[in-house]
Amino acid sequence: MLIAYPIQYLVDLPSSAGHWASDKLGTHASLIAEIERLREEHLQLKTRLLTYESLEGENARLRGLLASAERFREHRILVAELLSIDMDPFRQKVVINKGETQGVYEGQPILDANGVMGQVTDVDPVSATAILISDPSHAIPVQINRNGVRTLAVGTGQADRLVLPHIPANTDILAGDVASTSGLGGLYPSDYPVAEITEVKRLPGEPFARVSARPLARLDRAREVLLVWWDLDPGGDIAPEGDSHSGAGTEERERAGTPGITSETMAVRTGPLRPADRPEETGR
Amino acid sequence: MRQSSTLVLTIALTLLAAIMLAIVPLPDWSRAFRPEWVLLVLIYWSMALPAMVGVGVAWSVGLLMDVMEGSLIGQHALGFAVTVYVVLHLYQRIRAFPLAQQAAAVTLLLIPYMSVSLWVLGMSGHSPGAWRYWAPLLTSALVWPVVFPVLRSLRRRATRF
Repeated sequence: MLIAYPIQYLVDLPSSAGHWASDKLGTHASLIAEIERLREEHLQLKTRLLTYESLEGENARLRGLLASAERFREHRILVAELLSIDMDPFRQKVVINKGETQGVYEGQPILDANGVMGQVTDVDPVSATAILISDPSHAIPVQINRNGVRTLAVGTGQADRLVLPHIPANTDILAGDVASTSGLGGLYPSDYPVAEITEVKRLPGEPFARVSARPLARLDRAREVLLVWWDLDPGGDIAPEGDSHSGAGTEERERAGTPGITSETMAVRTGPLRPADRPEETGR
Repeated sequence: MRQSSTLVLTIALTLLAAIMLAIVPLPDWSRAFRPEWVLLVLIYWSMALPAMVGVGVAWSVGLLMDVMEGSLIGQHALGFAVTVYVVLHLYQRIRAFPLAQQAAAVTLLLIPYMSVSLWVLGMSGHSPGAWRYWAPLLTSALVWPVVFPVLRSLRRRATRF
């Protein structure tokens, strides 16, 4: 809310000033070490990106052979900072310092470097509130990377635990499996890592296994989060209104061709790979 | 006229300070023990100046808190209003209590507020499910002997002008 933001900003000020000061006043040596470390990391990531690009090409070729409609898409990303204020301790919510003026929209996914964190629920001019995947009223559609089992991961109210309540006892799922977003539900882009399965309990006499998972995103420690603009399936009717976007968001939307239906988008609509185009919306 | 505007300003500023204390980040282990700063300040003002701070003010401040903390709209508002309503009935008695007894009374006054919050949380599926939920009862009573003299001296300073 607009009235709330100045107060929240004021409370956040000492901590962000502290970060600013430690950046400004960092010693020469520590800054050089930091740059060194970042340069190394940059090099490593770049190398990995090289192989990624060749894989992407290969993937596109193979999908071409299969005449599949799915393809890789680049997503626009914006870094936002969390305000360091405490919200209601029984809800898992955060406030970020980007809002409507930056094109943030309701339902927008937020990530950190390790995985999915949650989605935006309220947008104000210069700030936004987001619900984390660990909130008890939030569920995120996921699939197990190893074998593609689709299910939901529901929050528990603890930042380090999710539960997967709808897994039949005989399903192939093991501790250590990684669950990624499945893209069903239409709110989250597919194939972003969400959680690692930590425990699978199969109780005789119970039809469902008790499965717990640990979110991969550092829900309680992250300070920077990534806001993602991703194209819903072209022609998707619940695509967030274009007018809430500004700048690069709109041009990306145009690139995906929301108004003009090309043969490609038709293929997606009728494509065999997406039978359930849009089941119920989750996580509200 | 001038006196009352200073007083209004004092009340607003103390409430603002309390709201800020309520959302200042604390380490995870101590979050559950955060005293109910805003409600303590509301209790003080409704006790000292029942004609100025009543259920309406409590309700508005509660709505602001809901927005601030992202809780269900009305959760704090309802709890604050109920508590202040009780205070408005009992203020003459509580005023006469010695400080320690006042702290005990504050604990009792917090119970309806905490219960209302618990109901709302339970109904919206965020049930706390731990005894630690009630910890603010204790910590609020512990900080009352500090809150009360500070607010009293502020009020006296404001009324002297």
